[in-house]
Amino acid sequence: MPYLWPPPVITGTIGGVIEAAGLTKRYGSTLAVDDLSFHVEPGRVTGFLGPNGAGKSTTMRMILGLDNPTAGDVRIKGQHYRDLNRPLRTVGALLEAAWRHPGRSARNHLRWIARSNEIPQRRVDEVLELVGLTSVAKKKAGGFSLGMLQRLGIASALLGDPEVLLFDEPVNGLDPEGIHWIRQLMQALAAEGRTVFVSSHLLSEMSQTAQDLVVIGRGKLIYQGTTEDFIDRATHQSVRVRSPQLAELREALTRQGAQVDEDDGTLTVSGMDSDAIGELAFATGATLHELSPRRGSLEEAFMQLTGEAVEYHAGDHGAAPETT
Amino acid sequence: MIEAHGLTKRYGKTLAVDDLTFSVEPGRVTGFLGPNGAGKSTTMRMMLGLDNPTAGRVTIKGKPYHELHHPLRTVGALLDAKWVHPNRSARAHLTWMAKSNRIPQRRVDEVLDIVGLTSVAGKRAGGFSLGMSQRLGIAGALLGDPEVLLFDEPVNGLDPEGILWIRKFMHRLADEGRTVFVSSHLLSEMALTASDLVVIGKGKLISQSTTDEFIARATENTVKVRSPQLDVLRGALTDASAEIASVDDGLLVSGMDSAKIGEIAAANRVVLHELSPQQGSLEQAFMQITGDSVEYHTGLETEAEQVLSATAR
Amino acid sequence: MTLLAVERIKLFSTRSPWWCAVAALVLTTGFTALVVGNADEEFPATVASTQFGYSFGLAVIMVLAALAVTTEYRFGTIRTTFQAIPNRTAALLAKTTVVALLSLVIGEIVAFASWGLSLLLQPQADLALNSTADWINVAGVGPVYAFAAVMAVAVGILVRHSAGAISLLLIYNLAVESLVSLIPNIGDDIYEWMPFNVANKFLTGAGASNAGRAAEAGAPMSTSPLSPGWALAYFAGVALVLLGIAIASARRRDA
Repeated sequence: MPYLWPPPVITGTIGGVIEAAGLTKRYGSTLAVDDLSFHVEPGRVTGFLGPNGAGKSTTMRMILGLDNPTAGDVRIKGQHYRDLNRPLRTVGALLEAAWRHPGRSARNHLRWIARSNEIPQRRVDEVLELVGLTSVAKKKAGGFSLGMLQRLGIASALLGDPEVLLFDEPVNGLDPEGIHWIRQLMQALAAEGRTVFVSSHLLSEMSQTAQDLVVIGRGKLIYQGTTEDFIDRATHQSVRVRSPQLAELREALTRQGAQVDEDDGTLTVSGMDSDAIGELAFATGATLHELSPRRGSLEEAFMQLTGEAVEYHAGDHGAAPETT
Repeated sequence: MIEAHGLTKRYGKTLAVDDLTFSVEPGRVTGFLGPNGAGKSTTMRMMLGLDNPTAGRVTIKGKPYHELHHPLRTVGALLDAKWVHPNRSARAHLTWMAKSNRIPQRRVDEVLDIVGLTSVAGKRAGGFSLGMSQRLGIAGALLGDPEVLLFDEPVNGLDPEGILWIRKFMHRLADEGRTVFVSSHLLSEMALTASDLVVIGKGKLISQSTTDEFIARATENTVKVRSPQLDVLRGALTDASAEIASVDDGLLVSGMDSAKIGEIAAANRVVLHELSPQQGSLEQAFMQITGDSVEYHTGLETEAEQVLSATAR
Repeated sequence: MTLLAVERIKLFSTRSPWWCAVAALVLTTGFTALVVGNADEEFPATVASTQFGYSFGLAVIMVLAALAVTTEYRFGTIRTTFQAIPNRTAALLAKTTVVALLSLVIGEIVAFASWGLSLLLQPQADLALNSTADWINVAGVGPVYAFAAVMAVAVGILVRHSAGAISLLLIYNLAVESLVSLIPNIGDDIYEWMPFNVANKFLTGAGASNAGRAAEAGAPMSTSPLSPGWALAYFAGVALVLLGIAIASARRRDA
């Protein structure tokens, strides 16, 4: 195998490494993906969010050339996936960890993938080491737990040392340490200048991982931008205030037109930022015991903005009445 | 409501659960945390009488599971959403469960409605997505309107709306006075869901406490302070022997609570723009505490050992 | 009764029992038609020969019965079952009873369908059921299927894996029993007590239902020394002992 193993040269592309333009996919009478345009930038972790059935998996599959768009297209570094030379050296993907032959060992699974893209065999051992599967490399993947399969899937995504990484629900089946590990891995990959595109339903996890978001609902783009802007746009900030002179402070705040809710000796103030509240408290002569700005959560923002786009609502009832 | 005493389970040479003693209180959501291979599933299976303890016992409302009369009316459990015959319809699956514990048939339709599966009730469960299977499993757990609920990774496969729904639902079940015991690996999710925690590692109890106590024990409480007179405040706080670190636009103060800092600021005529106590994350606390435990190795190592010993057998 | 209803719902809410029943019927009557249809002066059709295909149906029944248990293990529903009914003995007995009853019914349908088909194919042959032996030969298929199903359920509980349980049952039923008689000296003596050989004794007795046809040209006769009544009791006993062992083991094991 005369191929050298140069680490990829990260070209200084400005703009989207992944570019979707008017991407559309129709299954029979259903529009799974509807005129979707977005771009994913290098050097950042970009989260891909949407309710079930929003078209995330279909989009991921079209990026990888597994499904053909009905209209529009999606390119990676300006090329269609199928036109990439040795694609695994450009794009690594973890779609579903269960795609492996149960009788094949982890190492052999990676070896044939490596061979198919002329990746040197020693890289197989490197990625096994990286995901922590070295000790079970020769065992049949059929005996692996979901978490170990997930690590194997991540190993195969990293095999070609690709510039672009796609992960679909990467923390599935991982335990707390594994979740922590993959979050740091994704951030490290982005810090190296790679493009990391991750879909997940776990919003509390994504808010810690993704700097940018692409949010879709019913196949249409709902939002593209930074995570911070997304949250600020959909939720309003409030400030939590505690003080021994609560009544005076409350009166002063109300007089200034702030909205104030009181609960158990604590004020929740909206319509005024914490700087202004601090100045007002000082002017009123109120001592502050707490003055904490509260951001909305990604979840609140998501529910707010995708509300209409959800196809399927669970019946929202309590635990129903007596059984007998 | 659930009590484990010296609960032990040995598989061959491996001690999966090792002298575990804890209790789960009604009216609260209790999280059950531990790395993979720590013995969480085994413990939950022993609670349901599926596995027999090697030593010790676990009781629900004072009785071992197999002594409960019509147990589905006392304990509802979702351990694995895939425990459904793929060729059986969702309704048929719930119907036989209901029948076995003399639960009226109309309750089957009620729980199908609660989890939002009414429209697919007649479809083969084998064609369900993971999220739908999960909802079916939850329906099965709710069937007997039980006082005690056990969930293993309930948000698996659910979308954001489903995750929010089940979190609110568990809170409501606990508010109704039921005992809710949930195992999960998603610490950011558990931090929002569970008010109590039982944490195990390598089959042993590492901690049983409230979530707040658990986090407070392992992470240092700091207070973030911003002020236009930061230098004055810094001097005053240093004199009061607080530890201070500078962050981008303010100070991070440790060794002093926010009320005390506020008093010092007022005494020194300092305007505050922010004074927010920072709590550590459940994840930080979990890593810290399970990392400290001498007995503890990473979950991955334990898992790898299990694969190795399983293939050696 | 509740538990029987539970198992009935479980069994009939999947399609496999229907497929197995159809397979048993088609296989059995098909082979009967083949044998009876080719009967002639030299080898006349007899009541015994109308039941020629019975062992094929038997194999299908045992597959059905084994699957009724092993699919529960395969899909994890056994845990839901034990969660709903922690008394494992009761749960497994109920399942066995329902499967055995279904097998009994399928057995009777298959046997009388084979006999009826033979009447149509050979209207001139003496196929009337005019002795106890004739009746047992046809109507006895049901009880034999039922107890064979009990054995298969027991093996299913013990082995837990579909492929393992089914191959064990079929290899035993189709090969092992008859190979036993190849053991020098004692082989034939042991063979006399092998359960399916004994079951055959119950069905065919001393060969009265095969009257009019040379013994070597009819269905093979059983070598068991038991009377038909005791033969059924012995076969049932073996099945119940096996079930007892299986249930005892399921009670001890982790689900």
